[in-house]
Amino acid sequence: MSRDRQIHLAAHFPGADHTTVRADPRSGSQIDFSSFEHLARTAERGLFDFLFLAGNVRLREHKGRIHDLDVVGRPESLTVLSALAAVTEHLGLATTVDATFNEPFELARRLATLDHLSGGRAAWNVVASSGAFTGENFRRGGFLDHADRYTRAAEFVRTARELWDSWTPDGEPRPFAHRGRHFDIAGEFTVPRPPQGHPVVIQAGDCDEGREFAASTADVVFARHGTLEAGRAFYADVKRRLAKYGRRPDDLKIMSGVSVVLGDTVAEARRRAEKIRRQQVSPQTAILRLEQIWGVDLSAYDPDGPLPDIDPVPEPRFTRGRTRRGDTVAVAEKWRALAQEKGLSIRETVIEAGGRQSLVGTPGSVAAELEAFVRQDAADGFVLVPHLVPGGLDEFVDRVVPVLQERGVFRTAYEGRTLRTHLGLPEPA
Amino acid sequence: MTSSNGRRLHLAAALDHRPACEAGPYLESARLAERGALDFVTLGDSFTRPGPDALCVLSRVAPATRRVGLVPTVTTTHTEPFHVQAAVATLDWVSRGRAGWRIEVSTTEGEARLFGRRHAAPADVLWQEAGEAADVAARLWDSWEDDAEIRDTATGRFIDRDRLHPVDLTGTAFSVKGPSIVPRPPQGHPVRVVDVTEPAARPVAARYADVALVRTASPAEAAATRAGLRASAAASGRDPDGLRVLAGLDIDLGDGEYAADPGHGGGGPRATPRGPLYRGGPVDLADLIAAWHREGAVDGFHLVPVEPRRDLERLVNGTVSLLQHRGLFRTFYPGSTLRDHLGLARPANQYAATGRTR
Repeated sequence: MSRDRQIHLAAHFPGADHTTVRADPRSGSQIDFSSFEHLARTAERGLFDFLFLAGNVRLREHKGRIHDLDVVGRPESLTVLSALAAVTEHLGLATTVDATFNEPFELARRLATLDHLSGGRAAWNVVASSGAFTGENFRRGGFLDHADRYTRAAEFVRTARELWDSWTPDGEPRPFAHRGRHFDIAGEFTVPRPPQGHPVVIQAGDCDEGREFAASTADVVFARHGTLEAGRAFYADVKRRLAKYGRRPDDLKIMSGVSVVLGDTVAEARRRAEKIRRQQVSPQTAILRLEQIWGVDLSAYDPDGPLPDIDPVPEPRFTRGRTRRGDTVAVAEKWRALAQEKGLSIRETVIEAGGRQSLVGTPGSVAAELEAFVRQDAADGFVLVPHLVPGGLDEFVDRVVPVLQERGVFRTAYEGRTLRTHLGLPEPA
Repeated sequence: MTSSNGRRLHLAAALDHRPACEAGPYLESARLAERGALDFVTLGDSFTRPGPDALCVLSRVAPATRRVGLVPTVTTTHTEPFHVQAAVATLDWVSRGRAGWRIEVSTTEGEARLFGRRHAAPADVLWQEAGEAADVAARLWDSWEDDAEIRDTATGRFIDRDRLHPVDLTGTAFSVKGPSIVPRPPQGHPVRVVDVTEPAARPVAARYADVALVRTASPAEAAATRAGLRASAAASGRDPDGLRVLAGLDIDLGDGEYAADPGHGGGGPRATPRGPLYRGGPVDLADLIAAWHREGAVDGFHLVPVEPRRDLERLVNGTVSLLQHRGLFRTFYPGSTLRDHLGLARPANQYAATGRTR
C-alpha cells in the first residue's frame, strides 16, 4: 500500500437503547444541550468525520406499555444539529430522519438549511418505517406497506436531490416539477444549492433491499458485524453492487458500529467490560430481552435462574416501535444452546449472547484491531457507540486516536471544511 | 421599567433579512437585539419565501446568545403537528428556555403544490386546524410530566411511565396519539405567538396564544383589538393577563440624512398595503411607543425593520436606549427564560393533576 488506508471515525450519541449505563455516577443528562455539546466537541477534538444522532418518532412499547428500562425520550435531532453547528467548526452533523413520515420539500429544505448553517457538514440517515404503530402520531397514519418502504424512500431521496439541484449555478431559483409514484409536486425550492451539493446520505438496513438501496443511493452505509469474516462478506457484497449503478467502490463508505472498552492491560479492560455489561443488562432488562424473543410474559422467571423450557411464540408482537427482530425462534434456540453449554442463568445468557463490545483491550490493541478491519476490507471506518453520556468518548479520543495517528491511518488535522471532504466522497454533479 | 399603570413594556424585533443562508447576519442581529434587552426576536418563514428554515436558523443562533427569546415562524398547514411541537420543544431545550413559536398557515395553491397532498383551503378552515395544532402541541409538551425521568437504580427504570400520557387528539385534519418523543421543555410550554391581522386567527390567539400581534396604525384600534382578545380569552376560561398584546409595526428609521416624512415623524404610523409603517426618527418612535403603552393600547411592540441592519441598529441604540433612560424599559434581563421576560408564569401540566394520584 503506497499510502496506508485511512480510517473514518464517527461518534454516536447513545440513547433509547440499553447501551447507556445509567448506574454510573458519571452518567449525565440525555436531553440537556450541554451533553450534546460535550460529545460533539470531544468528537471534533478527536478529528472525527461526524457525530450521529439517532431518531424515532414514537416511544417504544413492551407488553402494551411504554418501555421504561432504557433511556426514553430525545430531542428533535435536526434542531439539535443546527445548534451544534454553532459550537463546532469541522465536525459532520448526521441524523436519522424517517422518510415515511416526512415530505420531500420540507425535509430537503431543513437539510439544506443545516448544510448552509454548518458550511457543508450535514448528513441524513434515511430510515423508512412502515408501521401503523408509528403512524398513529401522523396525518397519514400507517399508510405504507412494508414492501413499499424502500421504493418510497428511494424516490424521496431522488426528489430531495432534484430540489437541491434546482437552483442555477448563479444562485437563482428555478422551477422544479417531480411526478412519480409517491410524490407529485412542483414549485420553487427556497434555498440555494447546499455547500456540499447534496448533504451526505446514510443508510443502515442490512436486508437485501437495504443493501441495494445503499448501493444505488447512499454515500455511507452503517453496518454492525461482530467478526472480521462477517464484516468482509458484507463489505464485498455491498461494494460489488455499486458497479451496476455506475459507481466506484470508493463512492460508498462502509462504517461499522463498535463499542470500545479500554484498560491499561487487556485483563483490566476485560474486567471493565464485564462490569459494564452487567450494568447494561440489569435483572429486569434480562427478562425483558428474553420476553422480546420468546413473545410471552416471563415476569415470573428468576433472572438468575435457568432459561424457560417453554417454546417461544413465532413472530412475537410484544414489542412495538423500532427494534431488531430477525428470526426469534432461531435466536431462542441459539440462546438455549449457549446456556446449556456454559451453564448460564437467564441474565448471564443475555449478557453473553447480546454482547456489543466489539473491542476490548489496551489503546494499542484496539487501534491495531481497528486498523486490521480496514486493511482487510471489513470496513472503511467505525461508528463508536459510547456507553456513557456525555463523557463516553473522552478516553478513546485521548488514548486511541493518537495511536491511530502514529500508525499513519488517521488524520492529524482536518484537511477540508465539508463532511464530503472528510469522507473522501465525490462532489455530486 | 413599568409605566404609571404598572404594566411592563415588552419589545420584540424581526430578524428577517433578505434571503441569507449563512448564520452571520442572523447572529449579528440577534446579538444586537440582546444588547438592547429585547424580549424576543422573530424570524418569519413560509414555504414560498426564499430563505432557510427559520427554526433551524434560530437553533443555530441559540448557543451564540444567552437571554433573548427566539421565535421562528412554523406553519401548520402542510407540516406534521407532531414534528412541529418536537422541534419547538427542542429549540426550548437548546436555548435553555427561550423558545417561542409564531403560528402561521399556508393559504396558497402554490404552497399546496410543493407538498402535493391537499389543495389550498380557506383561511378559516386552516386557522381552525392551526388552533388544533397549537392545542396538540401543548398537550404533547405536557405529555411528559416534569419529573417523569426517575433513573431508579433499584428497579432499573429510566422513567416512571405513569408520568407519561397519551394525548389522543383527533382534529379536523389530523390525529395524534402521543406521548411526545421529547421530554417536557424547560418553559413547560414554549411561547406561542399569533398575528391576528387575519380575523380567522383571532379565536386561536384568544384561546392558545401567549403573545398576540396586532398590526394597525391606530392606537384606538389596537386598544379595541386588545380588549376583544382579552375578553375572548376570559370567555374561553383563561386569565386574560396571561396574554400579551403587541403592536406590529414596520419601521423605517431613515438614514440620518433625510428628515422624517412630513406628517409621519412623531405623527404616528400610517397604513400601507403591507401593513402599518412608521417612518421617522428613533426619538419620535420612542415617544410613540411610550404613548401607546401609557394609554394602555398595547403591552408592547413587535418592530419589523424595513432595512434590517440599519433600522435594528437605530432601534436598539436610539429608541431602546431612550426608553431605558426614561425608565420605561429594562436595561438588563432579570430572568433567563422568554416567559420570564414576558412576565408569564410557567404553565401547570394539564395531565399532572388528573392523571395520577400521588
